[in-house]
Amino acid sequence: MADAPVAFVTGASRGIGRAVSEGLARAGLAVAVGYRSDPEGAEEIAQKIVSDDGRAFTQTIDVADEDSVAEAFATVERELGPVGVLVNNAGYTKDGLAVRYQVETWDRTIDTNLKGAFLCSRRALPAMLKSRWGRVVNVASAAALRGNAGQTAYSASKAGLVGFTKSLAREVGIRGITVNVVCPGFVETRLTEATPDEIKARYIEMTPAGRVGTPEEMAAVIVFLAGASASYVNGAVIPIDGGLTA
Amino acid sequence: MEKPELQDKVCSILAEQLAVDRDKVTPEARFSEDLDADSLDLVEAVLALEEEFGVSIPEDEMENVKTVGQAVDLVASKVGASA
Repeated sequence: MADAPVAFVTGASRGIGRAVSEGLARAGLAVAVGYRSDPEGAEEIAQKIVSDDGRAFTQTIDVADEDSVAEAFATVERELGPVGVLVNNAGYTKDGLAVRYQVETWDRTIDTNLKGAFLCSRRALPAMLKSRWGRVVNVASAAALRGNAGQTAYSASKAGLVGFTKSLAREVGIRGITVNVVCPGFVETRLTEATPDEIKARYIEMTPAGRVGTPEEMAAVIVFLAGASASYVNGAVIPIDGGLTA
Repeated sequence: MEKPELQDKVCSILAEQLAVDRDKVTPEARFSEDLDADSLDLVEAVLALEEEFGVSIPEDEMENVKTVGQAVDLVASKVGASA
């Protein structure tokens, strides 16, 4: 691996993805800020990186759509170079009890959270294999490890990410590529915006740290995993949840 | 492209990808038993061939490719090479 690799962060227009983009840029990587529905948010973070002497640009990507993924990666490769660090962060959730859950919502959840990570990883791997260096960091959730009423689809998709991570890690570890998954606890982002106050209070109660996490605290771990010093961390499942799942 | 030329090019790429001597890459050579190639080696070899020849080789068509000769035939069919 030559100089600073190129990173592609999906779902980076806000929340954890945004913090990760900033963190990676500060670490010297060129960052493709992936977004699907919030170009302004993505543009804002890209501008911020550039004004801090970093390299970034915004890239539209619908991770659940094969063609969108192909186009997005082709553009990133053309603009910044082959992707050495992929952060599969794009996520979707809609709470609801399984007994009445709509199939379309189930599909959307699985497609965005799990299939999306697969499609992006599959597209990123050839270049990583060729250069015998790569980092895939999947953003799952504490819900991958512990059940949550109302989150069967979300938990399934995130637990699926854990299985995907472990198997992929075994496939490509030999080529200097690490594949790891982080499991954030409750973090205040747009994804958790709609959570009722009582539920949020219950999370805080269950969390030894006694508070919610920040996107920066998630990013710190993800940026570490994306770096050279995490070269022997592979197939790892790392909760970043203030002790919630301890 | 004529087939002999294509075969030579494919074999050179395979030799490089699988890190074996060029003269070991004969049409009869079996990837697993003779060239010590595992599934990842093969995937990388296919990626290299796809890139070099500008073709797409679907994964399911790779299932029956066990020898170098079969790989050459498969690439040739994608490229439309004359025999």
